[in-house]
Amino acid sequence: MKCLLMRVIVIAGLVAACEREDRPLRSDPMLNENREAVALSSTAPGPGAPVEYKTGTRSEYEKIAFHVSQGKKLFTWYNCSGCHGNGGGGSGPALMDDVWIYGSAIEIIAASIREGRPNGMPTFRGKIPEDQIWQIAAYVRALGGFVSSDVASSRHDEIYSHPGEGRLPDAPKRTTGQSGLAQPK
Amino acid sequence: MRSVASKLATALPALLAVSGCAGWQSVLDPQGPESKHLSGLIWIFTGLSAVIWLAVMGVLLVAIVRRAPERPDPLALHMPIERRGVMIVGGAVLATLLTVIGLTALSYFSQRHLYATQASAVVVKITGHQWWWDVRYEGDRPDQVLTTANELYIPAGQPITVKLAASDVIHSFWVPSLMGKQDLIPGQDNELQFTATRPGVYRGQCAEFCGWQHAHMGMFAVVLPREQFSAWRAAQTAPALMPDDPVRRKGAAIFQSKACVMCHTIRGTSAGSRVGPDLTHFASRKSIASATLPMSRGNIAAWLLDPQGIKPGTNMPNVSLAPDEVEPLVSYLEGLR
Repeated sequence: MKCLLMRVIVIAGLVAACEREDRPLRSDPMLNENREAVALSSTAPGPGAPVEYKTGTRSEYEKIAFHVSQGKKLFTWYNCSGCHGNGGGGSGPALMDDVWIYGSAIEIIAASIREGRPNGMPTFRGKIPEDQIWQIAAYVRALGGFVSSDVASSRHDEIYSHPGEGRLPDAPKRTTGQSGLAQPK
Repeated sequence: MRSVASKLATALPALLAVSGCAGWQSVLDPQGPESKHLSGLIWIFTGLSAVIWLAVMGVLLVAIVRRAPERPDPLALHMPIERRGVMIVGGAVLATLLTVIGLTALSYFSQRHLYATQASAVVVKITGHQWWWDVRYEGDRPDQVLTTANELYIPAGQPITVKLAASDVIHSFWVPSLMGKQDLIPGQDNELQFTATRPGVYRGQCAEFCGWQHAHMGMFAVVLPREQFSAWRAAQTAPALMPDDPVRRKGAAIFQSKACVMCHTIRGTSAGSRVGPDLTHFASRKSIASATLPMSRGNIAAWLLDPQGIKPGTNMPNVSLAPDEVEPLVSYLEGLR
């Protein structure tokens, strides 16, 4: 009886291991009607704080290894390296350090890709499908060590000067502002 | 009635098996000298193996049925029986040796023929991607270079050289009616030479498991008479036709302003990305998405609206299109002949 129970437990454990995470292929069509609102500052004109609205898309993208590695592929395909040089920076800012101009939250990174930013970051609204924008944003976080090592990819398809994101040290824990703004050093 | 039905039911698999031997994707229906060599080898090996198997089974049967006579004294040397035993075993060893040497020689000389290189009329570079084929015709001048996808047009009766490369994982290029398999390996340049004798359309298939949609990584090899091939090549080298009616013009504008332009090339327009298949003469092809769907207006629309439903995991994303954008975009793509 005990032996049977053990077997059942082992088999159940093996079967459960088959579904490590969901791999959603068809994105939610509602994603494209973007309702996410991010604030870059804690002050706003008039009374009250700036309006922020989070749809919860973050949780679907941040912790799924599939999305992070898709983002990595798209980062190359859409030539992000043209300005950000494999994350090390070039004419655009570096992405693999822990210094953020607008904050490290995935919503803010997605907004930067979608809407563009002053001084050269173009807008990709309509050019990159919304789910892919989130995938790239998830990967950009992994570049800086903001994604746990079991989610970030631990290898590259091409030759790189640094180990895979999953093997990089995690970003240091730091106290950030309300929207994740980096504190001046 | 029932007996007819049951007879049909038993005959059907056999019929299917026989019909599988001929057709547009079959090793047993060779259409060129290289594939003829290969199918010859297959028949010889199969025939010989069948003979050997039957012989072994026969000897086994004899050994089971016929019992050896009991000898009065097992230790006494009985010369005639011993000699017979030596002859039989020696004969079997000799026959095995001869068979192995014969087949090795046969295979060696066939391979020598298969891998003999000669000057080629057409040099094509095929790059395997998950899950489609990039087909690039090389030329001496830049204006002779032409890129298409998932289709290999070749002239009949002329030797063709195919250079093989891969961008992501290992694939394998195989048009069973025309040649043997050859792998496409990232970082390694492989080459294959073959000739197709009879004009026709032959189906090819990726023959090395390469991911989710490996089974939907097909392609077509179209063998044309020489003059028709030249005409095809000239037509394909030309840039895309400019749309001439307002609906298709609107479609072209949608193509340029949406995600399409991030991955695809249409020569003659500002779309020049090399991540996805070249679409310059998209509608002249026989299929969509690497021999997954036949080319038709309805299938183009289906593919645009739900690629992840048709070929889950494909790198073509679900692009959001407004309802009134589908019709012009499909018309535009349909006009890219």
